[in-house]
Amino acid sequence: MAQTNELRQIATQIRRDIVRMVHGVQSGHPGGSLGCTDFLTGLYFKIMQRNPGFSMDGINEDIFFLSNGHISPVFYSTLARAGYFDVKELATFRKINSRLQGHPTTHEHLPGIRVASGSLGQGMSVAIGAALAKKYNNDKHLVFSLHGDGELDEGQNWEAIMSAPHLKVDNLIATIDWNGQQIDGPTDKVMALGDLHIKFSAFGWIVLEMNGNDMDDVVAGLDKAKSLTGQGKPVVILMKTIMGKGVDFMEGHHEWHGIAPSDAQLANALGQLPETLGDY
Amino acid sequence: MLKDIQVLNEKETRGGFGEGIYEVGKKFPEAIVLTADLAGSFKLGPFIKEFPDRFIEVGIAEANMMGIAAGLTIGGKIPFTTTFANFSTGRVYDQIRQSIAYSNKNVKICASHAGLTLGEDGATHQILEDIGMMRMLPGMTVIVPCDFNQTKAATMAIASYQGPVYLRFGRPKWPNFTKEDGSDFVIGKAQVLSEGTDISIFACGHLVWKAIEAGRILEEKGYSVELINIHTIKPLDEEAIIKSISKTKCAVTCEEHNIYGGLGDCVGQVAAKNFPIPIEYVGTKDTFGESGTPEQLLKKYGLDSPDIVAAAEKVLARKNA
Repeated sequence: MAQTNELRQIATQIRRDIVRMVHGVQSGHPGGSLGCTDFLTGLYFKIMQRNPGFSMDGINEDIFFLSNGHISPVFYSTLARAGYFDVKELATFRKINSRLQGHPTTHEHLPGIRVASGSLGQGMSVAIGAALAKKYNNDKHLVFSLHGDGELDEGQNWEAIMSAPHLKVDNLIATIDWNGQQIDGPTDKVMALGDLHIKFSAFGWIVLEMNGNDMDDVVAGLDKAKSLTGQGKPVVILMKTIMGKGVDFMEGHHEWHGIAPSDAQLANALGQLPETLGDY
Repeated sequence: MLKDIQVLNEKETRGGFGEGIYEVGKKFPEAIVLTADLAGSFKLGPFIKEFPDRFIEVGIAEANMMGIAAGLTIGGKIPFTTTFANFSTGRVYDQIRQSIAYSNKNVKICASHAGLTLGEDGATHQILEDIGMMRMLPGMTVIVPCDFNQTKAATMAIASYQGPVYLRFGRPKWPNFTKEDGSDFVIGKAQVLSEGTDISIFACGHLVWKAIEAGRILEEKGYSVELINIHTIKPLDEEAIIKSISKTKCAVTCEEHNIYGGLGDCVGQVAAKNFPIPIEYVGTKDTFGESGTPEQLLKKYGLDSPDIVAAAEKVLARKNA
C-alpha cells in the first residue's frame, strides 16, 4: 500500500501524462482530468482492493466506473500506471487505431474499462447494476463511481439517485467531482445545483464531503466512506476540486474543460510537474 | 399449403413472454428480470412468485433500468428488461447505444405493446420505428416472434444467446399456430410456412398471421405462395431470402412498422444487392397511428389481409409486365 508521499509522486506523474497526452493529439479534456487526479490516484493505489490482471466481471475485487468519460486522460494514465496496460500506449490517445478512444470504451478491449461512457448521466445506473450483481454473487467488495457536477444536469442521474436507496445498494460509493465548472461556465450560472448535500440526503444517501485535491483528505474520505458501507444506504462523496489543479494557468478556468495546451503552455505546465516515475 | 396451418388457440404474445421467462427463471439462475412499473402487463406473476429475489422493480424510470441492466451483466447476470416497446427503444435509445450495444452487454430488452395493435392507447404508445432503431445498432440482435408459442420459444432461446437482444412482441390476443414446444424456432433462421413458386411473402410479428390469411386467398385464386416468417430481423437470414426470390422473382413484405427502416428495407436491400426483383411493402406509410381496436387500425392503415392480397396482385402484375 502506497504511503501519502508516494501517492503524491504518482499523482504528479499522472498530471504530466495528462498534459502530454492532450498536447500530443491537440485534443482532449485536461481540466477535469487534472482536478480528479488525486482522487483516482488515491482510489487505485491505496483504497481499492484489486486483483492482478483484468476480468470484466470483477468478481471478488472492488471495481470503478467513470461516468464523466471525457476525463479519459486521467483514467487512462491511472490505469496504465496501475499496471493494466503499458504506459507507452498512452502516446496513442485519441489517435487512429488506438484502444485509448476519446471517451472510454470496452469496444477496443482496453483492460480496466467495464463500460463505455461519454454520453453523460449513465454511469450511476450502471454502477448500481454492478453493485446489485455483487450482492447476488455474495461478493462483499465495493463499487466506486465518479460523476461530474455538471453531469448531474442529466435526468437519468436522479432516477438512479432515487433508486439506489430503494434497492438498498449499500455497497456503492459514488463521488461527485464538485469543481463548480462546466463547458458554458460556472455551474451556478449554467444550471444551479442547489444544495447537493441536502438533495442527496433527502433521496436517502449517506453524504460525505472531502477536498479532492488534498491526498490526505482523499484517503481519509474514501476510508470513511468504506466504513459506512453495508448499512442499507448508498454513500456519496461531494468532492471539492479545482478544475485544472496542478497547472496554475489552468486552475479554476472552465475554458480548460476541453482544449489542448500549446507547445509553450506544455513547457510551462511540465515545469510545474516534475517527472517522478518516468515519462511514457 | 397455407390452408393446412392449424390455429391452436388465441393468446397474447406477451403471455408467451410471461411463460417463457418463468421457464428461463427455472433453468438460468443468473437470469434477472427488471421492470419499469409494468409487471402485470408482462405477465410476470409466476416469475415473481417463484423468484422474488431475482425481480427488480425500478419504477417508471426506463433510462435507469437500461443502465442497471448493463451493470448487472458485469458479474455475470443475464438481465431481461421489460417495458412497452416505445419506452424500450425511443425513450432510451442513447442508454442502449452506449451502455448496452457499444459496451456489448448481455442485456435482453423485452418489449411488449409494439405497433398499431396496442390499440386504444393511441400513437403515443404505438411505436412503429423501433425495429429500425434497434437494427441500426451494431451488434444488436432483433427478434420479432409471430405468436404466443414463438414468443415463449424466443424468450427461452435468448437466455442462452450471448450479446444484446431486442425482443419485440405485442398486446392483443392473436392466433397461435407455431409448435407448442418451440422446436420450429431458431434464432437467425427464417421459418418457411409454405413453399411456392409464384410469389414470396416475407412477414414478421402479428402480420405473419395476416399474411397467412392473405396467402390462403391467393392460393384459392390459383397462385403458388411462398410464405416466410422472418422472425429474426437481425442477423437476417439472407440465404433464405435470396433462395426464395430467385425462385418466385417477386415479393411482398409485411410488418406492423413503418415501411422505412424495418423488414421491408431489409428484404429490399438483400434483393437489390443479390437478385433485383419487384417488391411491394405492407406497413405503415410514414405515419403515426391513432386510437382504435387492433382490427380497425390494421384495416385503416393498410396492414390487413386484403391489403396484402392487393400488394401481391400488384407485384405479380409488375413481374409479369
